[in-house]
Amino acid sequence: MHLTAFRFGKPYESLERNRLVHFLTGEPVAEVSQVGGAIVGRDLRKAAQARQALLKFDPEEIVERLQTAGNLYAMGTVEVGGVPQTPDDFVRQQSATTGLPESLCRANMKKNLFVLSNMDRMLDALSRGLPPEILWKGYGTEHRDVVVSYQAQSPVLGLVLPSNSPGVHTLWLPVIALGVGLLLKPGGQEPWTPYRMAAAMIEAGIPAEAIGLYPGPTDVGSAILAGCGRSMIFGSAKTVEQYRGNPAVQVHGPGFSKILLGDDCVDRWEDYLDVMADSIAANSGRGCINCSAIYASRHTREIADALAERLGPLEVKPPDDPEAALAAFTIPGAAKAIWEQIEGLLDKPGVSHATAAHGPRFVEGERCGWLRPVIAHCSSPDPDIARAEYMFPFASVVECPQAAMLDRIGPTLVATAITADEAFRQSLINSTQIDRLNLGPLPTIKLDWLQPHEGNIIDFLYRSRALQLADITAASGSALAAGAAAG
Amino acid sequence: MTTETATEQPAVFELADEQSIARSREKLDAHTVEMMAWHFHPSTGSPFWLQYAESLPFDPLTEVRCFDDLKKFPPFEDEWLRGGPVTRWIPKGFAGQPAYVFETGGTTGTPKSRVNLRDFRTDYEEFSATLPEEYFPKGANWLMLGPSGPRRLRLSIEHLAQYRGGICFCIDLDPRWVIKLIQKGWMEHLEAYKQHCIDQAITILEAGHDIRCMFTTPKLLEALALALEKKGTTIREVGITGIFSGGTEFTPQWTRFAVEELLDGAYMTPTYGNTLMGLAASRPVVPADGYTIAYYAPQPRAVIELVDFDDTNSVVPYGGTGRVKLTTLTKETFVPGFLERDEGERERPYVKYPWDGVSGVRPFHKLATATTVGVY
Repeated sequence: MHLTAFRFGKPYESLERNRLVHFLTGEPVAEVSQVGGAIVGRDLRKAAQARQALLKFDPEEIVERLQTAGNLYAMGTVEVGGVPQTPDDFVRQQSATTGLPESLCRANMKKNLFVLSNMDRMLDALSRGLPPEILWKGYGTEHRDVVVSYQAQSPVLGLVLPSNSPGVHTLWLPVIALGVGLLLKPGGQEPWTPYRMAAAMIEAGIPAEAIGLYPGPTDVGSAILAGCGRSMIFGSAKTVEQYRGNPAVQVHGPGFSKILLGDDCVDRWEDYLDVMADSIAANSGRGCINCSAIYASRHTREIADALAERLGPLEVKPPDDPEAALAAFTIPGAAKAIWEQIEGLLDKPGVSHATAAHGPRFVEGERCGWLRPVIAHCSSPDPDIARAEYMFPFASVVECPQAAMLDRIGPTLVATAITADEAFRQSLINSTQIDRLNLGPLPTIKLDWLQPHEGNIIDFLYRSRALQLADITAASGSALAAGAAAG
Repeated sequence: MTTETATEQPAVFELADEQSIARSREKLDAHTVEMMAWHFHPSTGSPFWLQYAESLPFDPLTEVRCFDDLKKFPPFEDEWLRGGPVTRWIPKGFAGQPAYVFETGGTTGTPKSRVNLRDFRTDYEEFSATLPEEYFPKGANWLMLGPSGPRRLRLSIEHLAQYRGGICFCIDLDPRWVIKLIQKGWMEHLEAYKQHCIDQAITILEAGHDIRCMFTTPKLLEALALALEKKGTTIREVGITGIFSGGTEFTPQWTRFAVEELLDGAYMTPTYGNTLMGLAASRPVVPADGYTIAYYAPQPRAVIELVDFDDTNSVVPYGGTGRVKLTTLTKETFVPGFLERDEGERERPYVKYPWDGVSGVRPFHKLATATTVGVY
């Protein structure tokens, strides 16, 4: 199977190909054409055509086609890499090259299907009921009978996608429905979702010239970020720092998501053990929305021990085992290096390893490695491990007075705050450290799709600006401002 | 994930015959002996080599009778090239002649230096003979869209242009700053600096200097072609007919992309070279050969061997992958068995260059993670 590049409607076979192999057996799974950054730079000249191709259809028609695409993606057979691919083929292939258990691949498919199936509701929520024609035309009259203007900031959204988190794709699925084309650099080991999704969209009638797939080395990513008016990149804290303050780039890095137990609820911590365990271990702990720290003023050792008791025994299982919950680290040496780093952090004063009694955490395979869940206990927020995040079920349970929590938690993508204390709730609402806030016992990984967690994609792709209209035939000097939009 | 490595396919280029190969070998052996007589004779050799010879368990003057005997030398270490006095490298036979010093590296710390008297001129005059007149017409003016500063390349291109009867126009480009930008992760500044270089190039190209030939690197060629395309023109339309380019980013796919989409009919010849070796020309790069880029060193002045990664005195079989080992044998410079930071596949002798070549040149895999490829 050969996944060619796809240059806004035109397949392109590169002379250079990466061979993807099964993470356990080393058997070849697919070859992926590798292109260079200059191809992206050159094709971006035609980016305006990607948006134009979408604007030829009514917005409602695009949404309907995306819903059809969702069904094809989740349940149909589509042609990928020149061969028919069923959903089962897709799951096997994705698991084979990413190390993710097949059950989790299927769960991610369901998420993507949900987003595509509910695209109309999502768009309505994201745009606060804005008639979609306004995004097509650039301006129009909203329900308050006020003229508003939304200016597209780029005809395509560039995406530098990760290799190991098939869950992130929901973020870009609404883009086509907003009349903006897609330029995707698939993750090196996870080309599967972008390719299958693109195939399903095109089969459902989304214009092929609105979608580009450019697999390749890092200079493809650089070309995307340099050339697209708007792009998203998924990366480490260093990547986040690199693009901080660049309005054209939305960076998705570590989430450092947390659960905070208020003093009014912490004595009933056992009631929330399921919420805590799910938040840490769902999707093999790979997401930025998985919980990496639990803050409480007391009972922290008991909480750590109970979580260790719950998660510590989790074992590595074959990827096709329905019970498999742990993903492999497919880059040789990665799991071992991470474990050695964690061991060093566990050895620091004020830190204890709650899962130590449940057997070795690092499991070495022939071509890959696994890390079984790790729960650390910190007697204060000071140790470095309290601020660590890893791509497997990992969390620190941190002892910290409630009054100090918001000063100590640091940047937090999702905070679940279990408290009914109104004053504390208000402080949480006011805290600029927290992006998405759950008040009450909701797992950090539970997303309400109508409330996207990292900025609104419409605000990123469109600029709301004032646009006034006057009748051009009116007498000079008597033009009437027909409306203005708040910025 | 792996990138496929080459296994030897039937050659689609014209192979050199056995007699030519044997003759070139004899010439190399004789040249080697001649160079030993120069570099290790007390009246002509450089202070460095004369002193070094005292530590050797053999006498280079009498015990090196052919090229293979150079294996008796321990590997050359380029660290020796750092710092002064650089005059230790000048053969006594050339004492008093005007000298240039060219530097390599130097983003941090002391750069490596090579002293040159006339070598760079000779290398580029020989290379000049490989350039097709149709695309690199004599008398044409050149643009040097590459590094400035204490670089051999910058002066060499100027000499090449002059040697062919033209004038060379240059830009300012500090490659050490480019590497620092990459290391700091200042990608916006990197883009801006690249644009600054391209702006200079376009200004020269549009100023009525009748430039028809150019040296540039793959990354700058891409940037120039895209910038011209944005202006509604092309490399060919601004007058360029021949491009001489170099760099380890040269891959078959990149070359194909350049030929199909960037050059608009301009001719491009890839080269491989560095401050120590000089310049290796390529055999013609054609679609029928899968855009394979195979370089041949300017023997006998320099020799490239593809050696086993662990046993660096053993040459790998044809088509096999090995580390690039360089030997320089000019009267100005003697470099025995320097292990380059590159690897590639061993190529069979080509009719125009009846000795071994190298294709698929890329950073040596054991050092690759530490290598930063800038715009230059």
